[in-house]
Amino acid sequence: MTLEIKSKLANYIANEILKQPERNIDFQVALISSGLVDSFSLIDLALYVEDEFGVHIDDSELNASTFDSIDQLTDLIKKRS
Amino acid sequence: MQTFSHILKHHFEVDPDRVCLYILQTNQPDYPITYRDLIRGAAGYAKTFENNGIQPGEVIILILQHGIDLVYAYFGAILHGAIPSIMPFLTEKLLPERYRADLASLISITRPVGIVTYKEFDDVVRSALLPGDSVRKIFISAEIDPPCDPEFGRLHGLKRISGDVVLLQHSSGTTGLQKGVALSHQAVLNQLESYGTELGLNEKDVIVSWLPLYHDMGLIACFILPVLLRIPLVLLSPFDWIRAPYRLLQAVSDYKGTLSWLPNFAYNFCAQKVRDRNLDGVDLSSWRAVINCSEPMYLESHLAFYERFKGIGLKHGALATCYAMAENVFAVTQGGIKEPIMIDEIDRDGLQMENIARGALPGKPSVKIMSAGKPLAGVKVQIVNNKGKTLSDRKIGEIAINSNCMLNGYYNRPDITEKSFLNGWYLTGDFGYSVQEQVFVTGRKKDLIIVGGKNIYPQDIEQLAMEVSGVHPGRVVVFGVTNEELGTEDVVLIAEVHTEDPEERERISDLIRQTVTRGSAIALRQVVMVGKKWLIKTSSGKIARQANRKKYLEELGINS
Repeated sequence: MTLEIKSKLANYIANEILKQPERNIDFQVALISSGLVDSFSLIDLALYVEDEFGVHIDDSELNASTFDSIDQLTDLIKKRS
Repeated sequence: MQTFSHILKHHFEVDPDRVCLYILQTNQPDYPITYRDLIRGAAGYAKTFENNGIQPGEVIILILQHGIDLVYAYFGAILHGAIPSIMPFLTEKLLPERYRADLASLISITRPVGIVTYKEFDDVVRSALLPGDSVRKIFISAEIDPPCDPEFGRLHGLKRISGDVVLLQHSSGTTGLQKGVALSHQAVLNQLESYGTELGLNEKDVIVSWLPLYHDMGLIACFILPVLLRIPLVLLSPFDWIRAPYRLLQAVSDYKGTLSWLPNFAYNFCAQKVRDRNLDGVDLSSWRAVINCSEPMYLESHLAFYERFKGIGLKHGALATCYAMAENVFAVTQGGIKEPIMIDEIDRDGLQMENIARGALPGKPSVKIMSAGKPLAGVKVQIVNNKGKTLSDRKIGEIAINSNCMLNGYYNRPDITEKSFLNGWYLTGDFGYSVQEQVFVTGRKKDLIIVGGKNIYPQDIEQLAMEVSGVHPGRVVVFGVTNEELGTEDVVLIAEVHTEDPEERERISDLIRQTVTRGSAIALRQVVMVGKKWLIKTSSGKIARQANRKKYLEELGINS
């Protein structure tokens, strides 16, 4: 289950945000603070999480202190679902 | 009234209880500020500047987040007769070292005497200072004198004259920060007068904005104009808006907003990312003009925006266009207010290959271009060829302007100021054509890239990428490519590398992305690794950006 969430997130980020389908994204790598996911795409990520996992992330939470890596985002999803 | 300070004094005396602006921040109650609050808050800053020996006419840099401190500090500098300039705040992804380097380059050219910032940012600012530079004092916002009644008899701002420089505007990045546009009271007030007339400003107007104040559209149209002309302003933070674009629409509905300015990408962004549940009870029927400005404008973006929000009161006639630049204070032309936006369907080959905007031909590909409207009163526009000769209607050339609201000059840069004018006409670096009085903007002569309304100088990004090991110095090119879905430009970087190994190339490409993002806060959409001698150079050995852009689109763009 956990791995499935992580893979889905990694796929979504590689395909839809970075437009680099071939790319592997490490589950620990910083997404927001590194600028890999830029501020324009944060809302896309939040909308995806909501549609795919039924978990709401408030816009005030879209920053590196709420989650920065796929691991952390997965924890958040599991905690709320 | 000849200066900003005279106008502020008048508002303070005549209408002190009127709300001047509302500051909206996520998870905080809306915060109204009256003219009394504004001028008292600003007077606290002016007093502090006075007590610390800041002289009228000296430059003060403001490094503050969007909010009340920034508003008070800005007008405090003005009441003191000093010249404010806002520097973007450090974002979490930008490396502090890089920020320091940018700040140091700003200081070296602009020679400010004071910087206002927060206590927790004091160290970063201090580390950018060099022995013997111009900065005499760093002001900490929490240590500024509290708001107080102004002593108008002693305020230096009231002794300034209309030709004096009132403010500086910089665009971002190393290159932008070394080119401060210096504007006089007279130039700004002339712009406000003619722009206010063109917009048909009236007592029902309310401006709603999320735009950053360090950019001309945010600073002039959505800050200075409303405050000086007494149009209520509802100010959201760009940081909040980008995470929740619906907040703009809710604010328009809550405050019966009538006017907003948006860069083109924001039309797409709102149309695509706002959910229905965030529109419950939202009514946009008060919006009389949503003005597209500061990056290339697309009809498709207007249509997407209109389709998405027409059901909640958005009027088609509210869609408007504008062509603006800091060098002209702000607006050069305005369209869609007094008459609908003119849409010109022209032959694509004529546009792309012959520099002619002729009407569409049957059976041939065509392009629909939105007019940016007609020049404001006091502004003249002509289209010129590369020898400065005026071109007739429908011939594409460089847009040149001459107005009563031009910049005094680039601050401390007489060299580039002189180069920007030809026989008294300011050469904008934008390409376009005119049809009678209507002005159409078709492209840019400069290599400048505009993403989401933000100006990006490719040389700044190329410089960063060349620092990455494995990249050949001088063998990097950066340019913009239109992204129709986003309604803005994508930044593409191509680097020549020696290695053919795909894994090694991916490693270098990741490192470039990281270095560029952390060095400039710009996200690259595509990073392409190519082999030796792929890039086209000019005869003088420089990388030819436009030629490489063309090559990229022909050879590689298809796979993007």
